[in-house]
Amino acid sequence: MKAALQRVGAVTLFLLRLLAVCPAALRRPGPVIRQVYNTGARSLIIIMLCGLVVGMIMGLAFSDMLARFGSESALGVAAGLALLKEMGPVITALLFAGRAGTSLASEIGLMRATDQLTAMQVMAVDPLRAVVAPRFLGGLIAMPLLVAVFDIMGIFGTQLIGVSVMGVDAGTFWSQMQNQVGLDDVGEGVIKSLVFGFACTLMAVFEGFHAEPTAEGVGLATTRTVIVSSVLVLIFDYMLTAAFL
Amino acid sequence: MTAPQGGKVVEVRGVRYSAGSRLIFDGLDLTVERGSITAILGPSGTGKTTLLRLLTGQIRPEAGSVRVLDQEVETLPRRELFALRRRMGMLFQNGALLTDLNVFENVAFPVREHARLPEPVLRRLVLMKLEAVGLRGAAELMPQELSGGMARRVALARAIVMDPEVLIYDEPFVGLDPVSMGFIVRLIHRLNDALGITSIVVTHDVQEVGGIADYSYLLAGGRAVAQGTTPQLQASQEPAVRQFMQGSSEGPVAFHYPAPVYAQQLLDATDLPAGRKP
Repeated sequence: MKAALQRVGAVTLFLLRLLAVCPAALRRPGPVIRQVYNTGARSLIIIMLCGLVVGMIMGLAFSDMLARFGSESALGVAAGLALLKEMGPVITALLFAGRAGTSLASEIGLMRATDQLTAMQVMAVDPLRAVVAPRFLGGLIAMPLLVAVFDIMGIFGTQLIGVSVMGVDAGTFWSQMQNQVGLDDVGEGVIKSLVFGFACTLMAVFEGFHAEPTAEGVGLATTRTVIVSSVLVLIFDYMLTAAFL
Repeated sequence: MTAPQGGKVVEVRGVRYSAGSRLIFDGLDLTVERGSITAILGPSGTGKTTLLRLLTGQIRPEAGSVRVLDQEVETLPRRELFALRRRMGMLFQNGALLTDLNVFENVAFPVREHARLPEPVLRRLVLMKLEAVGLRGAAELMPQELSGGMARRVALARAIVMDPEVLIYDEPFVGLDPVSMGFIVRLIHRLNDALGITSIVVTHDVQEVGGIADYSYLLAGGRAVAQGTTPQLQASQEPAVRQFMQGSSEGPVAFHYPAPVYAQQLLDATDLPAGRKP
């Protein structure tokens, strides 16, 4: 318990120090943009593929479920709400933790193990500002964009199977979605994606920055990133869903 | 060899430092004169790298003082410590190049961080430094594509790109082929000679550094056990100095880590490491 509290304290202090250097990091947009590319663009393929498959699964499963109540026409609403409010942010965050989070943690951990962070300090450069902050901000910016891509691919996948295979009327699918899914639903997804992006990226850079400078230490930091991020995403999802009810 | 131009660049007085329960320094004293090449010698594990960390303010001594360029390193606030570090350069043992930047950007990194130079000026400056280490043609390579010796030369170009007053070398000769080794030795000498940079070379390579060092300190047992010019150290009758200069495993500096009696441990079958008892 004491160790857990100490860890929460360490993460909080790290976050405060990180936030203090973020304005300086934003004044040099180059590294931040590079990190948006590294964490965002390089995760695109897996996010698009998973979004499409999740959408296709929903097209099958929801069509079957709704047919039992004679409400196949509600497929568009059901898929839209499920994707925008829950599936999109949660699955993207879990994939993000596995793809970008591990990459961030191991990269920063290896930089520590190979003295790159120490070299920066000796060159009078704060590694928190030069290495950690751009990666943190990059992840923060990339995450909502990835969620949007996942949602679009998911809706396309649902429509592909629901309309083309399961026979739901295309006009009904889109008009129902347009009528029932509001801006507040989209807003909920955006807020969730921001919170999840914040949690996943923070844990990745924290674990990487504090990794033991050994091969085992970097491996451990990477594993911890995935586990802690995934658990945090699910806990935050429950809390935010409850708050938005 | 450049004659020291007077003035102390580094003054370490009565420094005590321990890592965990292990006492690394206990009453360490040493001085580095401006414009000199000073060698810090000692076997592995005598705290040579720890000394460099003390000089650059990465760690603070438990007792004593460390003065670098007339400033007390251990009491400096962060901003002033960073300002002091800008006047120092350090060559890491493994180069410590930033792996996500190419050679050119690695050398340009400190300049981009601390100065706002127009791109053409920066380019010329970086190419000049790379030419000085013979790697102008490697500007576009990534650190992963460099050999160990090349990586160290790039790191040296990066260390001198801000024209530091003090340049610290951490084991600059380890793992180098004879050509690279000779090049680095000449380069240290030339930088010291031409630019008046004060050089601190931490090494256990007595032969290589002996030819260029103005003054040397030999660290052992947490203190500087001997000091002087290379001929003085070579002529020393002090057992620890003789042992180190001649590279002998027999002498006051223990080669073996403390252990039970060898024969007894071999015969005692039950004396296995913890957790592996039969």
